[in-house]
Amino acid sequence: MAEVLVVTSGKGGVGKTTSTAALGVALAQSGQKVCVVDFDVGLRNLDLVMGAERRVVYDLINVANGDVRLQQALIRDKRIENLSLLAASQTRDKDALSEEGVRRCIGELREKFDWVICDSPAGIERGATMAMRYADLAVVVTNPEVSSVRDSDRIIGLLDSKTMKAERGERMEKFLLLTRYDTVRAGRGDMLSIDDVLEILSIPLLGIIPESEEVLRASNLGSPVTMSNAKSAPARAYNDAARRLRGETVPMTIPNARHPLLTKLFGRRAA
Amino acid sequence: MTIATRPPRHSFRFRGRNFLALVLKPETPRAAWLADLDQWLARSPGFFTGKPLILDLAGLGFARSDIVALMAELESRAIRIIGIEGADASILDKSLPPLLTGGRTAGSVEAIDAISSRPATPEPSYKDASPAPALAPAPVASLMIETPVRSGQTIMNPDGDVIILGSVASGAEVISSGSIHVYGALRGRALAGAYGNESARVFCRRFEAELIAVGGYYKVLEDIEPCLRQKSVQAWLSGNDLNIATLDQNEKELVTWRKS
Repeated sequence: MAEVLVVTSGKGGVGKTTSTAALGVALAQSGQKVCVVDFDVGLRNLDLVMGAERRVVYDLINVANGDVRLQQALIRDKRIENLSLLAASQTRDKDALSEEGVRRCIGELREKFDWVICDSPAGIERGATMAMRYADLAVVVTNPEVSSVRDSDRIIGLLDSKTMKAERGERMEKFLLLTRYDTVRAGRGDMLSIDDVLEILSIPLLGIIPESEEVLRASNLGSPVTMSNAKSAPARAYNDAARRLRGETVPMTIPNARHPLLTKLFGRRAA
Repeated sequence: MTIATRPPRHSFRFRGRNFLALVLKPETPRAAWLADLDQWLARSPGFFTGKPLILDLAGLGFARSDIVALMAELESRAIRIIGIEGADASILDKSLPPLLTGGRTAGSVEAIDAISSRPATPEPSYKDASPAPALAPAPVASLMIETPVRSGQTIMNPDGDVIILGSVASGAEVISSGSIHVYGALRGRALAGAYGNESARVFCRRFEAELIAVGGYYKVLEDIEPCLRQKSVQAWLSGNDLNIATLDQNEKELVTWRKS
């Protein structure tokens, strides 16, 4: 049975798209059939991060409107065979998403893949609510700062009320992915601590992704960090998160990206 | 030829507002019930004056003619009905009050019981022709919330207390006609005694509220002394003051503001 996962946050720029791509690659590398779906209609980015921007012909809107078959719109990754992308449309806006179209599209994706990962746009408007609408579980991406935490809290409220699962009276599973975590700044007290964030949001922690140059470089190269540099601290953190998503128990580590040499030396032990 | 035109109105202002209405439930046989009503009205003249009244006809099986006759009887007693509940919509035409649905009980009014159970000696409070007699306080219907209240959510209980077992997030709002109890951290807004109940209180285990209000008097976090923050506190009104005090007996703090 396929799992439909929405990656959401409320606030923009916290790392939803990066996390979607990195988790998608990590799950695909573990042998799962994965499709990453860009719901950010009008501001599509996932194709860039996945390095597939030159191969987009049809997109989510075309499939949702029934213009093309799903198979025609799926872009298969060149590096990992069992990883596909469904891009967003850059020329349309979120109003073009019909609920019925999205339902049908997600239903078809469920039949083909083990994991369908929906990259939600920022905000709480139609794009974001459509991305979470048919999801089975949610990864809430949060930076350790007050504005991001409050927006995530708002999104958790919507996940508990506006999704099909919530409307059926079932419990929507939600996990916290803490991104751009900087141990040095956290130590100085410039950021909210992990405990503070967990206390405020009170949902289980899926992983802690360190602030890292590596992530930025990977995004610009069009190669998610779990693919481009699997040994790096953020890649290991994403891989651990993906294993936890699959139900494995992996001890939580607070990776330190500030000391690449140390990370290299102790990399194996920390992973 | 010029035609004077007004610019088109782009929007109308609508507001949702809750009102409390009395619901009168007639009984059959009608004549006997009306006789009892007369007897009771003799003891409590003016009870219905200025009160919005709803007629509950559920289960009575009244035909249209019965309703029209009953309306005339009530009107002759200066009882004005603003709506009808529990009747078939098809028999209520324009001459009758509109059908209302979806009402929620807000407690019964003690005075109605007086018809059968009270002795014939008039109660002083009824004889008194004050404009708001004999509305017994509604039984408190507490609202229990077992999950955290998330940013952007509003929890409202117009009928009594609100009890929240989790935290109230920044940007969330809890409104209660009675008291508010928060067993987690209170980071959002808490408005107790929202309909002017000055005996309401706010209790919380960890106080970081953006805004706290009791009976319409409020303080924002910036006005509140740091010694109270992150503590277990209660807030209440007394005389001319709004008070917030810690609950921990070992580190007592009390801050008082003049209601203004």
